[in-house]
Amino acid sequence: MAEIKNYTMNLGPQHPAAHGVLRLVLELDGEVIERADPHIGLLHRATEKLAEHKTFLQSVPYMDRLDYVSMMCNEHAYVMAIEKLLGIEVPVRAEYIRVMFDEITRLLNHLLWLGAHGLDLGAQTMLFYTFREREALMDAYEAVSGARMHAAYFRPGGVYRDLPDSMPQYQASKIHNAKAVQRMNESRTGSLLDYLENFSNAFPGHVDEYETLLTDNRIWKQRTVGIGVVSPERAKALGFSGPMLRGSGVVWDLRKHQSYSVYDHLDFDIPVGVEGDCYDRYLVRIEEMRQSNRIIKQCIAWLRANPGPVMSDNHKVAPPAREGMKQNMEELIHHFKLFTEGMHVPPGEVYSAVEHPKGEFGIYLVSDGANKPYRMKIRAPGFAHLAGLDEMARGHMIADVVAIIGTQDIVFGEIDR
Amino acid sequence: MEAQILHLFQWFWSLFGLWDLLWGVIEPIWPMLWILIKIVAIVAPLMIGVAYLTYAERKILAYMQVRVGPNRVGYYGLLQPIVDGVKLLFKELIVPIRSNKFLFAISPVLVLAPALAAWAVIPFSNGVVLANVNAGMLYILSMTSIGVYGVIIAGWASNSKYAFLGSMRSAAQMVSYELPMGFALVCVLMAAQSMNLTDIVNGQQSKAGLFGWYLIPLFPMFVIYFISGVAETNRAPFDMAEGESEIVAGFHVEYSGMGFALFFLGEYANMILISALTSLFFLGGWLSPFHGWPLLGAATDWIPGIVWLLGKMFFILFMFLWFRATFPRYRYDQLMRLGWKILIPFTLLWVVVVAAWMQTPLWLW
Repeated sequence: MAEIKNYTMNLGPQHPAAHGVLRLVLELDGEVIERADPHIGLLHRATEKLAEHKTFLQSVPYMDRLDYVSMMCNEHAYVMAIEKLLGIEVPVRAEYIRVMFDEITRLLNHLLWLGAHGLDLGAQTMLFYTFREREALMDAYEAVSGARMHAAYFRPGGVYRDLPDSMPQYQASKIHNAKAVQRMNESRTGSLLDYLENFSNAFPGHVDEYETLLTDNRIWKQRTVGIGVVSPERAKALGFSGPMLRGSGVVWDLRKHQSYSVYDHLDFDIPVGVEGDCYDRYLVRIEEMRQSNRIIKQCIAWLRANPGPVMSDNHKVAPPAREGMKQNMEELIHHFKLFTEGMHVPPGEVYSAVEHPKGEFGIYLVSDGANKPYRMKIRAPGFAHLAGLDEMARGHMIADVVAIIGTQDIVFGEIDR
Repeated sequence: MEAQILHLFQWFWSLFGLWDLLWGVIEPIWPMLWILIKIVAIVAPLMIGVAYLTYAERKILAYMQVRVGPNRVGYYGLLQPIVDGVKLLFKELIVPIRSNKFLFAISPVLVLAPALAAWAVIPFSNGVVLANVNAGMLYILSMTSIGVYGVIIAGWASNSKYAFLGSMRSAAQMVSYELPMGFALVCVLMAAQSMNLTDIVNGQQSKAGLFGWYLIPLFPMFVIYFISGVAETNRAPFDMAEGESEIVAGFHVEYSGMGFALFFLGEYANMILISALTSLFFLGGWLSPFHGWPLLGAATDWIPGIVWLLGKMFFILFMFLWFRATFPRYRYDQLMRLGWKILIPFTLLWVVVVAAWMQTPLWLW
């Protein structure tokens, strides 16, 4: 009898379901996975090392580029670490703006995840639907920071600017005539808060739309129920966090259990799964979108009622106002020092973690009192999740590996750093 | 028809006084020539149909997915399929070094040829058919089965793991979906008591319009035949032979340029074929759905049969595209389970049910 051998196959790094540059070496018995070996490092950009050579402020944009679908949450962990070391107070309004944009970011991330996960499992229409909503949220990013993705909006001491009073308008062109443009601009007549309120009122309807396509779809259930099951014990042992952990039924959310910023003033629920399979994680993330929308609504209401400063008035950390700088010697000096030398952070070490859309995203910062960090370590949730891929995929088929990669919501920017 | 066309030729060439000379040459081969003309008359519109089916797919899918679709080449993007064809024609043909060159070259042909050959027995209207053979249904079944060889050989000859997995999936899938398809057709065969496609359609002729179609008594078979047809053509949600997000493009991952285009043509020609067959077997082919109805029947009887046939085909094709926009993809083993554990037992049962039903006076068809 002929000897039957298992064979290995490369899934990626150039593969439509590789979510970037995942290289997965699969050992297959027919179509059944015997071993899945993720190879990382193809997107390594040495962010941690680069941060040692930049002032604290200059590293903020690097944070955007870690997990490039949840930009502001990365920034939040970083600026929180610096603020902890400095021991400064951030204005409450800035905290609310941060939380609002954290949740917008969560929506952005989960929408991309839903579209990509759907596409991986063959439901390609999802991608176009979710990108429609992502586009609206990107506009909010752009209105507030000038950039659609890499915002660099959160700064040590607050946020860069207050929310704008008006939204940019579409202009008539060869493709869109004046009438079409008027329709497109309907939601943009007021301030950013009006725009977001409009969005958050419509958003639950959109989520219902996605659920109509997927939640009760038999094929979707066949593809996700019972796939990549992780028990709560294993999920904890593997260092899972975020929806991956909650999907297994562990009630753990940093926003509640290690509350930071103003999350303790806000009313929201934490969805958890039961089985710990792909379907539960799907349901958890869908519900998280609804909860995020709730948080955004509360933030909008608070921000409307409470105007105020959005940046600390400690000018050793936060730049002074522009007008003052033109008139006042002291503020000019502050500005000059801050943007040439940067701020000096007292010696010490700190770990600050946020509930990132993908899990616990932490920044471990060591300062020796200089204007640059002595060492920065990034704790990326996706790294631990990817390490669990082998365990989750074993015994499943090739098509399920794609589902598992999708459910892990892997982004290589943060895994390879 | 033959005489009329001959007469036309005669008139044209007589203008130059060349008819007698010409006829002397072509008379011995005229029957063959006539068949060739008929083949061209079927294949040329079919190829245009395939080209514009890709356009329709992209447009319909686009509107289901809140986007616009091709709209740059020609008005409303109408020239897009032509441009795509030209592009593929001029692209380099890449033959992988470790492939089996001969099989690699021949497999696209093996996919496309049966898809076109099956059209020989498709009647477009009463009597308008290339080959009015009595075993038409068997011929169709055999031709559509041959298509799988091209897919298997393509995957094997490419010597690539993705392609190989794709062709393995495809082989298993086609084998298991031929069976329910065959059993569904057995029901049609029993109802029509003929394998001739023209007779099958004429058997659905009645005073009740669409209530005379086999769709009504054989509705479960219609659904199963259509599901099997979707699986047979490797379309979503059964497209795991291509499985874009799993095995990239499956069996044709190594093909480029015209080789790829031939697979593409074969797939879409098969889609049109399945839609034609579904309308012939279950939806009364060229028959009017309102024939014999009061008022509406008289008002629509002037519409030529081909219009009804095309309308039904388009409806089925639309369903193909609709599925693609709506459903996630089955997994390979789930597809097998659906085929072997649900469709085949059910069709077997239904064959018996129909056979028993036909013995009772309740059988009205």
